[in-house]
Amino acid sequence: MSGLYRNALTWLDERFGAGSVEEFLRHKTIPIHRHSVWYYFGGMTLFLFIVQLLTGILLLLYYRPTPNDAFESVQYMVTQVRFGWLIRSIHSWSANLMIFTAFVHMFSVYFLKAYRKPRELTWVSGMLLLFIVMGFGFSGYLLPWNTLAFFATKVGTEMAGSVPLVGKWMLIFLRGGEEVTGATLTRFFGFHVAVLPLLATTLLALHLMLVQQLGMSTPPGVEKAIVEGREQKRIMPFFPNFLLRDMIGWYAALGVLGALAAIFPWELGTKADAFAAAPAGIRPEWYFLFMFQTLKYLPSKVLFIDGELLGIFGFSAAALVWVAMPFLDRRIGFGRTTRFFTGAGVFVIGYMMVFSWLALR
Amino acid sequence: MKTAVATFLVLMCVLGSAGADSGKNSCVDCHVSLDDARLVTPAKLFDGDVHHQAGLTCADCHGGNPQDDSMDAMSPAKGFRGVPKKSAIPDFCARCHSNATYMHPFNTKLRVDQLSEYLTSVHGKRLKQGDAKVAACVDCHGVHNILAVSDTRAPVYPTNVATTCGRCHSDAAYMKDYKIPTDQVAHYQKSVHAAMLAGGDTSAPTCTTCHGNHGATPPGVNSVANVCGTCHVFFAQLFDKSPHKDAFAKMGLPGCVQCHSNHEIVKPSDSWVGAGPDTVCSTCHAAGDAGLQNAQGIAQDLGALDHAVKQADTILDKAERAGMEVSNAKLELAGAHEALIKARVDVHTLRAVEVQKVTDPGLVIARKANQAGIAALQEMNFRRKGLAVSLITILVAIAGLYLKIRQIESKPQV
Repeated sequence: MSGLYRNALTWLDERFGAGSVEEFLRHKTIPIHRHSVWYYFGGMTLFLFIVQLLTGILLLLYYRPTPNDAFESVQYMVTQVRFGWLIRSIHSWSANLMIFTAFVHMFSVYFLKAYRKPRELTWVSGMLLLFIVMGFGFSGYLLPWNTLAFFATKVGTEMAGSVPLVGKWMLIFLRGGEEVTGATLTRFFGFHVAVLPLLATTLLALHLMLVQQLGMSTPPGVEKAIVEGREQKRIMPFFPNFLLRDMIGWYAALGVLGALAAIFPWELGTKADAFAAAPAGIRPEWYFLFMFQTLKYLPSKVLFIDGELLGIFGFSAAALVWVAMPFLDRRIGFGRTTRFFTGAGVFVIGYMMVFSWLALR
Repeated sequence: MKTAVATFLVLMCVLGSAGADSGKNSCVDCHVSLDDARLVTPAKLFDGDVHHQAGLTCADCHGGNPQDDSMDAMSPAKGFRGVPKKSAIPDFCARCHSNATYMHPFNTKLRVDQLSEYLTSVHGKRLKQGDAKVAACVDCHGVHNILAVSDTRAPVYPTNVATTCGRCHSDAAYMKDYKIPTDQVAHYQKSVHAAMLAGGDTSAPTCTTCHGNHGATPPGVNSVANVCGTCHVFFAQLFDKSPHKDAFAKMGLPGCVQCHSNHEIVKPSDSWVGAGPDTVCSTCHAAGDAGLQNAQGIAQDLGALDHAVKQADTILDKAERAGMEVSNAKLELAGAHEALIKARVDVHTLRAVEVQKVTDPGLVIARKANQAGIAALQEMNFRRKGLAVSLITILVAIAGLYLKIRQIESKPQV
């Protein structure tokens, strides 16, 4: 087996220079310290993205993106197609797990200050990837064309429409018209299977390239402890030691996905009816809940500004600040942590959790 | 300028005094200041009366001159009619209410046939015969505080009718001389009709829906089916074509009421039909006769479909709770539910063969849905087993990876 592997590698090396990749992997190392566990969430998010890609391709074989066929095609998939239910449930559960691990990855990078020089662009590309992943969630939610998705999309796109000057244009761009119709479904399908994957793949390539180029960041506190001799510098080869550990996590994630799909198959609901009344207690996916709840609490007018509009601007500004964090938290460096920014991170997590909980009550 | 102001003031005085005269009502002014509550109450109550709201005054009913402050206002010479006797009340009200020309300016939809209907009623006939205990207009509608029928506080508003009728008809002492039951309202309150009315459905029947309001009369034996059929049209049509139609007529039995009772009309049950001693069929049919055999056939078909539908419902609900997608099977099962409803209606044909025509296709649908439920639960078990196998495989793979890591890391690093 080893001989076959060697021969294959040599064959590839002669044609593509694959040996250099192997050489790179052999020399790539991962720092070991008390926070190393957070390194696995990036790989886990990547693994779930690949699961999304594969199950998404399989769903495409049966899905028909028209208002007349979308619901029925998903229904056919989950009732008639062998293992169709499994593929659909894994796609839905994996989407949610991927967003969860992406958030964990983002916050771990934030608190370990891994965005500091020279990894500013890694952070920015990662943040953009997170937004794209949320875009995947928003666009994919409508595709089964069920009642909840229909009305959630209506509410979601209405929010975009309330932005001054460009709001109307954005609403029509997203919906493909004034209302949520078949044109919206086709458009969201296009975003979900073509536009967003293209952007995600490009950004992912850039993100991974930067990670390989710059290596894993060691937290400032650990760096300082090593220099001061309080801690010993330890490393682990990426290949195969770290990769094998990564694979354990991936296998575990696969097990969790399988269990969720088998025990809690993703609900299909009832077919969307534009003329039906909006169901009671309608709310978006869990990762949008904190924003949804904030907008609900805002009064209709704050001074002379529309409350909802203020909320949207507030979140947009907060997102911009968050993306620009490496350029704002400039004092962070060797052995130094910036308490204000760490506190801001704790506040953001607390805010998201409390407001999501309030929305779920 | 002075001339103009003076002219304006004179005009205002003239108009003001004219207005004061036309609004004067010496009846109320005087009656509210009296000590006798019997005389004060009408004047006080009249403020909320629908007639007052329509612009009428005491004099419009009682006559007299409301502009006159003296006792002459109540002089018969000035048209004062006073308080009518009980026997005169229907004609007293009908002076206006039977006059279409007078009534239509108030509301073109108002009926003007109340008196003629009333005279056909048991109440009207007995009143004519001199029985002052029977109900006349004011006994149901009230007097001096009469409210529109559409007013939820009115005693004749649908939800209040049974109580209004019950004031006399449930009073055993009051009704003693008439020798009729006094438990109608108590029975009615237990009926499905009363429950619907209590639930807010004002179209549900109350006393007047079946007995008539102004022409209140108990429906005769021959007309019961017609009365019920005004709402339950399809049932009445089936009953008319059934063998019971002629048989009941010959035996002098009322139609619908024979099985469903009159006032205590409860939700019917499949158990009413059949050959058992507790069925309504056995109250007339003798054991072993053709009618009872027919009833037994109907009961079996209904029971079989009801059982099959419940079984399919249970299994599909169970599968749905387990997260299985069974919406198509549930949609199809709705056909069996409809068949069961239709079969229960077709019971009124009193022919087993007619009922079977509906229950048989319903059974096919219900059994198919049940099979879909069983298949869904089997699929769920398959998934659970598949999950167990997958998890074991994954655990083995994880254990293998763990051992591999240990093996790699146990070697001395170069």
